Amino acid sequence: MIKYILQRLFSGLVTVFFVATFTFFAMHAVPGDPLMRGKAVSPEVRANLEALYGLDKPIAVQYGKFLLNMVKGDFGISFTQQNRSVNDIIRDSFPISATLGLLAIIFAAVGGVTWGAIAAINRNRLSDRVIMFAVILLVSVPTFVFGAMGQLAVSELNQKFGIDFLPIAGWGTLSHMLLPALVLGLGTMAFLARLMRSSMLEVVTQDYIRTAKAKGLPTLRIFVRHQLRNAILPVITFLGPSIAAITTGGFVAEVIFAIPGLGRYFVQAVQQLDYTVIMGLTVFLRSVSCFYGYSCRYSLRFY
Amino acid sequence: MTQSKSPPGSLPHNQPSSAALGASLNQFTANDFLPANRAGLTSGLSRPSLSYWQDAWRRLRKNKQSLASLFVVSSLLAFVFLGPLVWTVDPNHQDQTQISIGLSMGATAIVIGDRNDWPGLDASPIPAIEESTQELGAPANLRTVDVVSTLGVRLAWDPVPGAAAYAIYRNEIAPEPDRLGVPLGSTQAPERVSYEDNESLQTRRYYYSVVAVNAAGVESTSASTLDLDLKPGMSLDLAQETKADAKEGDIIALRAAPLGTDSLGRDLLARLMFGGKISIFIGLFAAFLETLIGAMIGGISGFFGGRIDNYIMRVTDFVLGLPFLLFVILLKVAMGIGPGESGITALIIALVVLSWPGAARLVRGQVLQMRESEFIHAARMMGARPSYLLMRHMFPNLLGILLVSLTFNIPSAIFAEAFLSFIGLGVAAPAASWGSLCNDSIQNILTHPHEFLAPAITISLTVLAFNLLGDGLRDALDPKMRANE
Amino acid sequence: MRYQQFYGFLRSNGVKLTLTVLLALGAFWVHLAPALATTNQVVKIALLGEPPNLNSTKATDADSFFIIGHTMEGLTRYDQAGNIVPAVAEKWEINDKTATFKIRKDVKWADGSPITAKDFVFSWRTVVDPKIASEYSFLLYHIKNAEAINTGKKPIQELGVVAKDDHTLEVTFEKPCGYFLALTTFPTYMPVKESFFKAQNGKFGAEASNILSNGPFKLTSWVHGASLRLEKNPNYWDAKSITLDAIDIPYITPNEGTRFNLFKTGRIDTLGLTKNILQDAQREKFKLNKFADGTLFFMRFNFREGRPTANKNLRLALAKVLNTNDFISKVIGIPGTLEGTGLIPSFLQGATKLFRKEYPIAARRQNLAEAKKLIADAKKELKLTGPLSLVWLTGDTPVATSEAEYFQGLFKTHLGIDLKIDKQIFKQRLAKASAGDFDIESAGWGPDYADPMTFADLFTTWNNNNNGKWENKEYDAFIRKAMNTVKPKERMDAMAAAEKILLEEFPIIPTYERTVIYTQADRLTGVVRRSVGFDPDFTRAKIIK
Repeated sequence: MIKYILQRLFSGLVTVFFVATFTFFAMHAVPGDPLMRGKAVSPEVRANLEALYGLDKPIAVQYGKFLLNMVKGDFGISFTQQNRSVNDIIRDSFPISATLGLLAIIFAAVGGVTWGAIAAINRNRLSDRVIMFAVILLVSVPTFVFGAMGQLAVSELNQKFGIDFLPIAGWGTLSHMLLPALVLGLGTMAFLARLMRSSMLEVVTQDYIRTAKAKGLPTLRIFVRHQLRNAILPVITFLGPSIAAITTGGFVAEVIFAIPGLGRYFVQAVQQLDYTVIMGLTVFLRSVSCFYGYSCRYSLRFY
Repeated sequence: MTQSKSPPGSLPHNQPSSAALGASLNQFTANDFLPANRAGLTSGLSRPSLSYWQDAWRRLRKNKQSLASLFVVSSLLAFVFLGPLVWTVDPNHQDQTQISIGLSMGATAIVIGDRNDWPGLDASPIPAIEESTQELGAPANLRTVDVVSTLGVRLAWDPVPGAAAYAIYRNEIAPEPDRLGVPLGSTQAPERVSYEDNESLQTRRYYYSVVAVNAAGVESTSASTLDLDLKPGMSLDLAQETKADAKEGDIIALRAAPLGTDSLGRDLLARLMFGGKISIFIGLFAAFLETLIGAMIGGISGFFGGRIDNYIMRVTDFVLGLPFLLFVILLKVAMGIGPGESGITALIIALVVLSWPGAARLVRGQVLQMRESEFIHAARMMGARPSYLLMRHMFPNLLGILLVSLTFNIPSAIFAEAFLSFIGLGVAAPAASWGSLCNDSIQNILTHPHEFLAPAITISLTVLAFNLLGDGLRDALDPKMRANE
Repeated sequence: MRYQQFYGFLRSNGVKLTLTVLLALGAFWVHLAPALATTNQVVKIALLGEPPNLNSTKATDADSFFIIGHTMEGLTRYDQAGNIVPAVAEKWEINDKTATFKIRKDVKWADGSPITAKDFVFSWRTVVDPKIASEYSFLLYHIKNAEAINTGKKPIQELGVVAKDDHTLEVTFEKPCGYFLALTTFPTYMPVKESFFKAQNGKFGAEASNILSNGPFKLTSWVHGASLRLEKNPNYWDAKSITLDAIDIPYITPNEGTRFNLFKTGRIDTLGLTKNILQDAQREKFKLNKFADGTLFFMRFNFREGRPTANKNLRLALAKVLNTNDFISKVIGIPGTLEGTGLIPSFLQGATKLFRKEYPIAARRQNLAEAKKLIADAKKELKLTGPLSLVWLTGDTPVATSEAEYFQGLFKTHLGIDLKIDKQIFKQRLAKASAGDFDIESAGWGPDYADPMTFADLFTTWNNNNNGKWENKEYDAFIRKAMNTVKPKERMDAMAAAEKILLEEFPIIPTYERTVIYTQADRLTGVVRRSVGFDPDFTRAKIIK
């Protein structure tokens, strides 16, 4: 088992290396000038800036330097937030994204499995229809609409009753996280519910369920140990990528609810061509999602 | 609900039981070994034999929900592709007279002559400015000059003794003291007692307030207010474009706008059809391609397992690891999207290249699970070749999950397109998509919700229909579901 | 049978059950915070973006300037009425060659140490130091040797600024500068304490603890991307005229809907309004105010080899087809927005009164017939038979999109021009603009200092921001003339003459001057909005109750 984990770890590192290399050269190939702000500067100041960020060297040298520093865990200084290192940005923002993402994924997984299972058990009955309709509705509405609507609704409530049910923006306490996590998790929850339902429907027709019933096993045991456990497999397969996607892709929720997470920094960095932040975040997020992916697959294999 | 049903592949009922077989073993005669007369057997079948797809279609028709969604999908396609033949309004035409309006049928506009220069009104003699900071009164006799229309409102009033200037406000609700609405501007000279407002006027009621400003620049607290109901106005030039003999003062019928217009006066119904073409095309095409490619790769990975699986999964890790945004930009740039091109091909390729691993992982998981199931083992033992196993056993069993995946990839492709349109990487104007219509109007959601709601509802409806249809198809196509009937 | 019972229960109560659980969970989470408490003398605001860095020698953006403007103070500052008044310097003398500033005896850094002339010498040397690569170093080029140092031709010690003693700062000019005093209010000119700067190990301005203030407020907390808090600086020399105890910035969000909701629920005290929420603001009965922020927007033409926009008749045709008022109504949608008539925005002062009052320009009028004639001439000159197509380079904001589509429709309808929209995200747009990869660029320019020159020198051949590469010797000559004198009347005359050339040749067509409509809590007074320097200015604001 240790060998398995080590193997996985190694192949994870290889993936990270390839992603980093590919991203590095791709990023440099994107047209645009990372050092340019709203107003143009004289060629001399530009040269100074290039020297400051090491962009005056040939790209191979820059790449070598990047690799060397990456091994040391140093991604350099942000281009846009000058004087602030990429490591500082990650250290400050990742816990925020991770908390939000974790909350969202818990919400999505618990909700998805519950709703999906209930719908499957009640197949073709009213509750199944209602749940499936709600689920489909949830995936048909984009996150930004949900976010805006949710925020509007809560602010109306707050205003009407003169108390704060929930804060509508910002970050700090658990109550700040609730609304964004809900908004962030809804889409995934709906997807998981559908997946769960279809997989449950497959499981209930399996022979081993019939056998278990015939053996006279207690219902709850059949439900939990045979149906749920088998039906949940595809859900878990999907959970890995979606954890990674949610923790790192909460851009919309982060913007609407003014949350200083990594997603916001990353999109900003791409738009601003902030080379060091792009590289640092890519490598970091990749490592994180590899970890998620592996821990997920790990649990699958030893399930 | 499934206990009483026989599982697929169980023995036919007309076979004699083994006990009966044993009992009658010694009663055979030579006649029993003659070939059976098969003619009667086939004609005696109670149901016509159905192919797989005929059967699926029969099942689909039985499902009301999916039939309804099939109807919705076809009507949407008809709306988008045939609609423009019926509703022939140019989706890019900017109607000057109808800006950001809601549903409009049979509206009319008054033709206004050339309004370009209004010298304005000056009080004579020029009033003296008082240096004292005493409170000034409200301007008397606030009135309009010329015809009032959405082309412009000309206000005039009587001078207030001692005023150095006047500030003009416009409000959409009845103003209250100190809450006069939007400050439009102020007159620059003390003698000027008129103001022309022609900015962003719409067909609605406005409350204009004018307050006097003293020499110190302090506005008086007493205001004169005038409420005006604005009617659409059309300039003479424009009127003559549609009706050559139009003249000043004529009432001209405006084109109907069943869904209203956007902030540039473009017909929303026409734009909805126009945008739908691209949205549906991107949604279907990108989703189909990514599911197909993903399924193929995932199928290979899961089926062969071992080293191949390992390599393929590393590749999916790699692709999933690429920063989506950066690579969409890169791919689009690499494919050379110039200004003015819609960039649809590049967009589809970017979406497919970056999103196939989702489907691949799903299919791989399913195939892995299936590979170990009894019927595959049985088929394998009977000597089935991999291609036969894949096509005959695995593919039909995968269709369900593939359709679920496809129905979800369509909306996500549509949304991905919308997101990219939003950051300037999607379709470029004059091309439009539902996503870009949504994103153009999300800003106005509070003020002109219809601009947002029309494309948003259409997207939701499309997605809903595709989902329900997928559900129905899934039930109809999945052989395992037959047992549930 | 238990099996049946279990299923039966789940079947009949599935939805109900789950709803109950969810509702219960929801109720559990309800967060009952105390009703909005109006803390005394604390202003709460939301920033649009995170300040990239609070290093005054390197900052270039509005968010950073806002914070620096409150935490730092230069030799001079703007007062409530917009006049330049003494700040760290109590008096000064300026002539064509030198300027001498007398620094107050009682000015201190937030840590209690005195501010001396040396802090300015260090800061200004840092700005022009090529190793630091400050993008606003050009603002110091009026000081002797600054440009040479910045381009690496001279050592930084040669900069024409010396501390005669702790309280006397002497500046030597490279060439006469008519607006040097206005420059000394600017963040780039603010002092930096050498020992503190060096102790930060390259992290000066990166965190709250890496900043040493000398202004009315000091930065006490900075959670990146989330919040900042400024508190009154007791060591500020004029602390007695500062009423606010703190400026709290609990939110950083570019989302206008969020800010609107925050203002509505009393979480923040000021709110800028875009056209989309203007109607709601009226319904909510906010008191609305407006001011012009000094940014001029224009379309810029490309004069590089082979670009059709180098043809004058074509540019004139485009100028004639534009109905600015209609454009503002539909695209900008902020009532009261000023039409862009000339190059110098209306807020800038001329020799004695507003520049625009001294040198008025008649507003352009749409003239379709003439435009059609001009475009026909242009096509003949360009030897074009088919339709003309032009590339419109623009950003990806909603307004930019709407603007591009408006012009696309306008040019197509009246002139038969196909406008190809090249919508680019920020850095790509800047790169394309400076590389000249466009026919028409949708551009804007905000003032760096309060003098018409901040706009006038934009279209000289030597200006790095002249993306269209328009070259006009006469224009250059007038600007040079204005640059080499300090006599106000002569300078203004020269710039007005240059502007006149520009409005005959149309290397740009000015479209509008941005107007900002905003609202603020009724209890807040004394907030100053301004076009140059940091905005809004809360330093002398008060909360009344």
